Amino acid sequence: MLDTLKILYHQGKQFIPNVRTAQVPGIFRGRPLISLQTVDQAALTSLCPMRAITANPVAIDLGKCTFCGACAQQFPDKISFTTDYKIATNQRESLIITAGDDTPLQLNPQMIRPEIRSLFRSSLKLRQVSAGGDNSSEWELNAANNVQFDISRFGIEFVASPRHADGIVITGPITNNMAEALQICYDAVPHPKIIVLVGTDAISGGLFADSPAVNRSFLQNNTVDLYIPGNPAHPLTFINGLLNLIGA
Amino acid sequence: MNYITLLNNQTIGIAAIPEIPYDTFFEINTGFITQHPERHCVNYFGYKIGDAIKLICCIADDDTHQIYVSACVVKRETPLLALTSKLLCFEKFEREIHENFGINFIHHPWLKPLRYAFNRFDTSQTIANYPFYSIKSEELHEVGVGPIHAGVIEPGHFRFICNGEQILHLEIQLGYQHRGIEQLFLDKKELLQRATLAENIAGDTVAGHATAFASLWESLCHFQPSRDLDFARTVAQELERIAIHTGDLSALCADIAYQLGASVFGRLRTPIVNFMQEWGGNRLSKGLIRAGHNPFPFTPALAARLLVVFDAFVADFDEMCKQMFKLPSASSRFERTGVVSHDDVLSINAVGMAARSSGLQRDIRLSHPYGLYPELNHEPVIKRHGDVYSRVQMRKEEIKQSIEYVRKLIASVPHPQPAPSPLQQPQTDAFTITLVEAWRGEICHCAITDAQGELLIYKIKDPSFHNWMALAMAVRNNEISDFPVSNKSFNLSYAGHDL
Repeated sequence: MLDTLKILYHQGKQFIPNVRTAQVPGIFRGRPLISLQTVDQAALTSLCPMRAITANPVAIDLGKCTFCGACAQQFPDKISFTTDYKIATNQRESLIITAGDDTPLQLNPQMIRPEIRSLFRSSLKLRQVSAGGDNSSEWELNAANNVQFDISRFGIEFVASPRHADGIVITGPITNNMAEALQICYDAVPHPKIIVLVGTDAISGGLFADSPAVNRSFLQNNTVDLYIPGNPAHPLTFINGLLNLIGA
Repeated sequence: MNYITLLNNQTIGIAAIPEIPYDTFFEINTGFITQHPERHCVNYFGYKIGDAIKLICCIADDDTHQIYVSACVVKRETPLLALTSKLLCFEKFEREIHENFGINFIHHPWLKPLRYAFNRFDTSQTIANYPFYSIKSEELHEVGVGPIHAGVIEPGHFRFICNGEQILHLEIQLGYQHRGIEQLFLDKKELLQRATLAENIAGDTVAGHATAFASLWESLCHFQPSRDLDFARTVAQELERIAIHTGDLSALCADIAYQLGASVFGRLRTPIVNFMQEWGGNRLSKGLIRAGHNPFPFTPALAARLLVVFDAFVADFDEMCKQMFKLPSASSRFERTGVVSHDDVLSINAVGMAARSSGLQRDIRLSHPYGLYPELNHEPVIKRHGDVYSRVQMRKEEIKQSIEYVRKLIASVPHPQPAPSPLQQPQTDAFTITLVEAWRGEICHCAITDAQGELLIYKIKDPSFHNWMALAMAVRNNEISDFPVSNKSFNLSYAGHDL
């Protein structure tokens, strides 16, 4: 008993007091900044393994970007990554950052269905479905639930059954072999329900987008309520995105 | 000669691999392994050459540090005597070849689909109608779990046959995560795309798979990595081992409802992954390892920072471990649960941590060393009992060992090479094999190039490929309520298996 108390004493308070203002350590690659400097645009766009960079004006699609940083290493005066981890949004086009753009990403309030805020503001239960996810975003979703990030303090929790859930969180590009299970799971969630995409693979399919083993028709037939970019998405990106969606 | 002898990371002309008739191929490859526990099959795969299929089998010898590679060209229509009829360790490989090309293997115990690959031979077989083993009995019942599980984890289906609470049999059906990654290695022509694919094979083993790809590619292009490249990769792999093992200890505590252990080990993973972010900008080391250059050199300042992280980590980790290991309620759930015997892990070709927990020494860092491992004089941690407790102890001791290794390495940080020579084109008509010991176990990547130096085949084998069978064996005669803790004690990859 005393030893247990000693551990508790040594651990102290681990939780991040304010998940909205917390600073991430080191050289985290969050929201990119693109300068107005003139560069060889053809070289820049063909450098990106994900084809996330487009020209005239130079823009980066965070839904396709893996945040590998190769562009910033080769064109350091053109592209830099800030540590701004609040890059989740509910509008797919908002994920495209253009040259000279230095405004934080925001949700489009018009696109948030009113029932999301009236029903889920203080309690949101989610069912996670990994559909070809590589287990990196899944690790970070689990980390969002640890004693430091502690997402459950906001009433947000992952639940075992879709019947108990208010929505689904999808990771991975959605494989052929998971397409049916995903649909059955979504159908089992009672209305009203939300869809959240976590990670590059889920948002755009990433490098798997044109693989014949992938079937993204689920996303054509349903409306996505939140896009959370990253490879994997940082727990703070996930938490802040959800809090902004439910208006907590 | 019926085979060619290679070393880890060696490239040879594909024509140098002797093509032998199937009966000789059968004899030498089963002969290598029979009565030789120090040898095991690291890869066995096929690829199409016109109408025929070329089979390539790679047997690693842990004592001589060599790999014996042989080849055989067969016709799809000709049934072949299964290597599995003599040795169970070929079971998965032959199922894969059967699924991809339709070759019939005689006397194979069950030629069931492996992962329902999009380019499989028989597309009438779908994941919804997998032929599960079943027993007709009024006393027994079946329990189906998945593909979607209760927690935030990857999908797979577990079918239990139970007698009351006791598991008689477990069959694991995978394939839900199949993304066609091996084909994408051929379709995506840019090096950066392939490096990104390698990082996505299993997102919890980024340093392992990225090192395997980078080493293979450098060998194929005759590039000799400088010391700072080997240094960064070795440190990254050991840090990945520390981070994942610590996270697994947390999950194991959660599965036995030990909240303190779950919380403390869970939070102890954070300083390690945050250090990865300080070093390379990503908590799971994505973007860190690239063939031919080092985008994020390890600096003396990072070394000093890591020592501080380790000092704080070790104090808390030791205190928590001491408490957990003396707790009877934890030991009673871990001990004699999920036992898999030495003979079983040997027969099914289990690798890595799962093999070593059952007394079988399988560790590429010792048997086929690469990077800076030859300097570390690595001695694998070996446990004897093969139960959950052994795998918990294994993690604790490997974490401590990895910390010592990293401390030793970062005592002298190599200077980054200012401008590494650019990578040449890959050798034409070549074969390369690379072995890496990631935190879960042995990773094997093989590549074959064509006359233009383009990739003809890229074959990936994750340690989970074999070790899923170890889990199925481990839970027999256990109560079904002990399944979660057994499963977590292996922590196998679905994506790495399904590819």
